[in-house]
Amino acid sequence: MIQHVTDPVLEVHDLTVSYQRKPVLWDVDLTLPKQALVGVIGPNGAGKSTLIKAVMGLLPLNSGYVELFGKPLNEVRRKVSYVPQRESVDWDFPASALDVAMMGTYGQLGLFKRPGSREKKLAMEALEKVGMQDFANRQISQLSGGQQQRVFLSRALAQDADLYLMDEPFAGVDIATETAIIELLRQMRDAGKTVVVVHHDLQSAQDYFDWIILLNMRLVASGPTAQTLTPALLEKTYGGRLTELSRVSELLHKQNFPIRETKPTRKK
Amino acid sequence: MNIDAFWIIFTGALVAICCSLLGCFLILRRMAMVGDAISHAVLPGIVLAFLFSGSREIWTMLIGAAALGVVCTFLIEFLHKKVNVQADASIGVTFTWLFALGIILISVYAGQVDLDQDCVLYGEIAYVPLDIWLTESGMNLGPRTVWIMGGVMLVILLFISLFYKELYLTSFDPAFAAAIGISTTLWYYLLMGAVSLTTVAAFESVGAILVVALMVGPPATAYLLTDNLKKMLVISAVLGIVSSAAGFYLALWLNGSVAGAISVVIGVQFTLAFVFSPTHGLISRRRTSSPGRTNLPKEDTTTIEPAL
Amino acid sequence: MNALWEFLSMSDANVRFVTIGSVLLAASSAVVGCFTVLRKRALVGDAVAHAVLPGVCLAFILTGEKNPLILLLGSFITGWLSLIVIDAITAHSRIKEDTAIGLVLSVFFGVGILFLTSIQHSGNENQSGLDKFLFGSAAALVGQDLITFGAVAVLLLLSVLLLYKEFKLLSFDTAYARTLGMPVRGLELLLTTLTVLAVVVGIQSVGVVLMSAMLITPAAAARFWTDRLGAMVLIAATMSAFCGAAGAFVSFTAPAMPTGPWIVMLLSLLAILSFTLAPRKGLLARYLLQRRVRRQMTRENILKTLFQLGEGKGEYQHSYSKEQILERRQQPLLRMKDGLQTLCRQGLIQKNASGWALTESGKKEAQRVVRLHRLWELYLTQYLQVASDHVHEDAESIEHVLTPELEKRLEELLDYPTADPHQTSIPQQP
Repeated sequence: MIQHVTDPVLEVHDLTVSYQRKPVLWDVDLTLPKQALVGVIGPNGAGKSTLIKAVMGLLPLNSGYVELFGKPLNEVRRKVSYVPQRESVDWDFPASALDVAMMGTYGQLGLFKRPGSREKKLAMEALEKVGMQDFANRQISQLSGGQQQRVFLSRALAQDADLYLMDEPFAGVDIATETAIIELLRQMRDAGKTVVVVHHDLQSAQDYFDWIILLNMRLVASGPTAQTLTPALLEKTYGGRLTELSRVSELLHKQNFPIRETKPTRKK
Repeated sequence: MNIDAFWIIFTGALVAICCSLLGCFLILRRMAMVGDAISHAVLPGIVLAFLFSGSREIWTMLIGAAALGVVCTFLIEFLHKKVNVQADASIGVTFTWLFALGIILISVYAGQVDLDQDCVLYGEIAYVPLDIWLTESGMNLGPRTVWIMGGVMLVILLFISLFYKELYLTSFDPAFAAAIGISTTLWYYLLMGAVSLTTVAAFESVGAILVVALMVGPPATAYLLTDNLKKMLVISAVLGIVSSAAGFYLALWLNGSVAGAISVVIGVQFTLAFVFSPTHGLISRRRTSSPGRTNLPKEDTTTIEPAL
Repeated sequence: MNALWEFLSMSDANVRFVTIGSVLLAASSAVVGCFTVLRKRALVGDAVAHAVLPGVCLAFILTGEKNPLILLLGSFITGWLSLIVIDAITAHSRIKEDTAIGLVLSVFFGVGILFLTSIQHSGNENQSGLDKFLFGSAAALVGQDLITFGAVAVLLLLSVLLLYKEFKLLSFDTAYARTLGMPVRGLELLLTTLTVLAVVVGIQSVGVVLMSAMLITPAAAARFWTDRLGAMVLIAATMSAFCGAAGAFVSFTAPAMPTGPWIVMLLSLLAILSFTLAPRKGLLARYLLQRRVRRQMTRENILKTLFQLGEGKGEYQHSYSKEQILERRQQPLLRMKDGLQTLCRQGLIQKNASGWALTESGKKEAQRVVRLHRLWELYLTQYLQVASDHVHEDAESIEHVLTPELEKRLEELLDYPTADPHQTSIPQQP
């Protein structure tokens, strides 16, 4: 079940991505509608984070291309915001919650300009939206896991984008934070934004998202929640790997085969 | 305080400022040992520069030798990423090789190069006041090294203040930086270039070891004293200046190397902060062994930035 | 040349001792180094090496003489102390390990330099030769020094030999070693002690500054030749021993030269050779494999093209010119010519007046490739739900990788299909 939409916010076309010369995502084709809360679901090692990173241009593509708002990433970077996994940074870093939120404005500032009062105001507003305004000057290592995640969200909010890609924003947060975050994401969706969230928990996925992407090394399904979270599709996603696919990945890696004969080309 | 003592301390302070400012970014990126590697690896470049150009065109020489530092980081990454040598081993193999090359060059051209092996390690800051820069009309402009170090310091200060936000962001969260279109590779190599330039300029007066001590020590101490990067930069620069003054007098008292004495003072500063720092010291940690602290999993100690 | 001959003949007893000594020192540090590198503690060795200097100087200041046992004891104490300090800093503050190593390394060394220069300026006649510790000098190894350090080196080698199995497990999987009831803590302590000892004796020949190369470089180089720990240790020790002997030679011919840098230079060159030339893991081997793969792909693509050209008319052994092949499939001309020649030699194609044609065996081979291509396309559409207009590019590369075993598996999965997603027929196995 792969449902495509017209005039998509995000189009992923024939995407193959490998990690350390082993393909982890094969031939993914998908489109996402505007104004949706999208969950990316799949077992461990299914390539969920890889998909998001590939969309953000953080990993080289073996084939295919990605278009956002009908344009390549470089032309629309400001309209796209990325929230990395919380564990990916060193929280002992000498920075306050406000500093982190302010980083969201750096993209628009350009090379030489320094953040000023306008940027500070934007960052404060973003912190308010996630309920962290009272912690603005707190050093980030003194925040709890949930609070750190909120700070990360505020940084994305300060960017004021139209498409948000979030890597496991619910990992290691308390239930109160999770509810607060999902509430915030719903508000964002209602305001016309598209939010893509890598998510682990199948139970809550049902309530949280209105569009689901099921992944396991390949795209199993992409479509409205009611049509994708079906027992049959879930069985396909979680019911073991495709052994042939893993075997071919292995072979490509071991024998140093190029994953694609030709370099990826843009849409003609 | 006589004028010679002033020039020595002043040079030490200039070196200290450059090293500790850059060192803050190095230790936050967990690249202290890459800094160590660069400080050793520029040696062959310096020897060649001495060999070929005497003291003419000092800036081309400096930049040429500094290029070798960047080559060293490139080599480390090449060995790690393309040849698949373990990260820490690739650092160890690269810098010892280049440093050995430098020492061999020095011994082979002992007659032509005004550098000796010991000086490479701990420099001869005490000779700084001897090398005076005289204008053609014979005016005394003060020690040559002071001018060079001063120039380098200006470059470093400009670099850090103009591009503070890029350096800050790429050090804290490279993935996010790349996502908003800031090239992590570019800033990584620019930072390494700045480190190399500083090392080369400081080499003659303070030697490899003090460069490392100043790059790691004051920033590490400052890191225990503050939670704000701007304050950390200022504190580590101040600590560096203090250590160069205190080190000078310690060396005078013990009749030993100034560079060695400065590292001793740096060690003392760190120990004091380690024990007594109001926020992150041993004592305050004991008292408030906070249960709320998040214990994130420790990552690999030596990180190498994505590049190539 | 004469000097080399004189050196190799070992007629001079002194030369003999110095050489044997250097070989032992170098080999023992390489052996211990293998474990250090495998446990990802390579740079810690660097810190220990630098931390040895204050120990040497302190021992001298306290006793006023250069008794090798006392110097060894002094350096052993400060070497160990540096490790304890590194661990304490990382355990009790938010300082990360690399910073702790850099800090301890430079501060300990600074203390050593301060002592050393202070001693040098004090006018003590006895002190000359202490600075040999900075860059090493094998020739300075005589009499009692040699016996002491040689004995330690032998001790090191023996302990590694006796506890080889335990150390192997420790370096490979500490957690597993613990579940087996091994005294992991004690073994770690012992291994660390051995590292410190190896550094202490190793600096006699290469000096404090370059000591880390003696631990890291041979191990890193040996890793490229083998996947087995035993072989790795042996190779590292041999490389290192050879370089140690070379160092003794340098010391012998040019006493003014510091030996350390020469040994390290040789070791590094050996390492670079290993990185490039080692079978399988070396750069060259990997490049050659890549080239072989690329050529094989080109050849298979040519066969496939010839097959496809004839597919429409069902005349598979018809001849086609270079231009016709290129028209059907764009590829670099040179690479194609090379591929055509090899295929001719293999008897898979024949050259005649109007171009090239598949032979009977060539046709079979071509069929195999086309078959794999179409099987994979079908697999992608059926099992990965890839749209049929997107599968071709993927199959273009995967067709070259599929093994007969995978081919069989795919056939079973797809229920022995006869047509691909584009409704072209899948050639059957003869």
